Amino acid sequence: MYWLIATASFALWFALWWAVTALQLVDPLFLPAPAAVLHRCGDWLRNGNLLEDAGISSYRVLAGFLLSAVMALPLGLAIGAYQPVRAFCEPLLEFARYLPAVAFVPMVLLWAGIGETSKIMVIWIGTFFQLVIMLSEDVARVPMPQIEAARTLGASGGEIVIRVLLRSALPAMFDTLRITLGWAWTYLVVAELVAANSGLGYAILKAQRFLQTDRIFVGIIVIGLIGLGSDQVLRWIHRRLFPWAGVRS
Amino acid sequence: MTDKLTVRALSKRFVTEAGAYDALSGVSFTVTAGEFVAVVGASGCGKSTLLRIVAGLERPSGGEVLVDERPVEGPDRDRAMVFQDYNLYPWLTVRENIRFILGLRSTRRDADRAAARGAEERSELLLELMGLTRVRDARPHELSGGMRQRVAIARALLGKPDLLLMDEPFGALDAQTREVMHDLILHVAALEQRTIVFVTHDVEEAVYLADRVIVLAPGPGRIDSVWRIDLPPALERNQNLKLSHAFLSIEGDILSRIRATSGLQSDLTALQRLTAKA
Repeated sequence: MYWLIATASFALWFALWWAVTALQLVDPLFLPAPAAVLHRCGDWLRNGNLLEDAGISSYRVLAGFLLSAVMALPLGLAIGAYQPVRAFCEPLLEFARYLPAVAFVPMVLLWAGIGETSKIMVIWIGTFFQLVIMLSEDVARVPMPQIEAARTLGASGGEIVIRVLLRSALPAMFDTLRITLGWAWTYLVVAELVAANSGLGYAILKAQRFLQTDRIFVGIIVIGLIGLGSDQVLRWIHRRLFPWAGVRS
Repeated sequence: MTDKLTVRALSKRFVTEAGAYDALSGVSFTVTAGEFVAVVGASGCGKSTLLRIVAGLERPSGGEVLVDERPVEGPDRDRAMVFQDYNLYPWLTVRENIRFILGLRSTRRDADRAAARGAEERSELLLELMGLTRVRDARPHELSGGMRQRVAIARALLGKPDLLLMDEPFGALDAQTREVMHDLILHVAALEQRTIVFVTHDVEEAVYLADRVIVLAPGPGRIDSVWRIDLPPALERNQNLKLSHAFLSIEGDILSRIRATSGLQSDLTALQRLTAKA
């Protein structure tokens, strides 16, 4: 039922898009027709670098995101578990997460040069601070009774952090990572502002210069499809790993 | 008989934005080893607070709690607690929940290899005793409330606690399941020789299970009266007992004490005034 409605929703928007362009209600410069976009997509594929662009962009997003995740998980757990750590880190993080990633582009160029590192760093800046805060909230939301039960069974503070807080928050943390992976993709175009000569974001920026709106659409749709696909895969993994999650015990 | 638990001049004051109130004031009693004591009282009498202080989850404002003559500093597994909402770990199976303490340092430290093996065997025995063998690999969310509470009781018993603290453990169960759990807990108490402090608002339950019933009065929480239950020993009690004259008479006496201390009569006069006006 869910899938039926989801497919219908996609079909509806596509039909609307097709109708608007077929009836020539809008200048194709603003909204290219599906056929034009499809044609451009085939062209991009044949000339051999759509898959390469998607590949390199996926690599940058994943590398930046995984770096964020690996650093944010222990920090988020510590902040969620220990009040002094929260007091030390939280104001800094709240400050840092309002810093616009795009403003860091010149600095990142200085710090990391024009290689892959700089693109990964932009995505890291865009996701890390948000991720730490959201993960620490997941830990802070672990029900107090679960902690108290462990205490009356003789668990030490460290054991409660690992065996109760982390284990209990894990499904929520996994969901947080899934949502943040989507944000990482939204920073791709910013990341590929930095001296890139390949990638979907770079292609979109270049197409913008030549007003190739159909090409911009291909880039956007491919990013959307990759996001939709990875999201579904992560949801499936979540269901397999945490069959009890979403059910109160 | 030796005193397992000593509660002396215990008081607890909660300070909130609305002001301070005394949840407990000057509560003293002792529980001897192997005794089953039930604490009953009107809502707000501080019976759960009392249990949480004994568990070490709350600090008293005054007075002290001694277990085997040693003061209670904080929670530990010698005072395992069974909660109304079970508080099982949803990510662990039934068997893993029961064996939770086996992974803890406090268990591993004082247990040599023989003791560890003993605990392994004991966890299997508890699974059997609680009738959980069939669902050992299920997760809590797949179980009924009664089954979940069996898991929680087995989990608390595995560490052979000096005191088993039970905070309205059957309050969320339906009447039939409660009766089954009553007989189960009586058998467990008799077989395991545990000292049990059992908090409930259900007087029938308290009289059926306990050797002694402590009635707390609210505002501030204090001991109103203590009742020795002279009924047959645990293993000879059964549901028919609840219809006997001795049972009903002591149940009635305790209920009237609770009614006398709950301050609910004033509601009736207020209601009469209200209806008189209308």
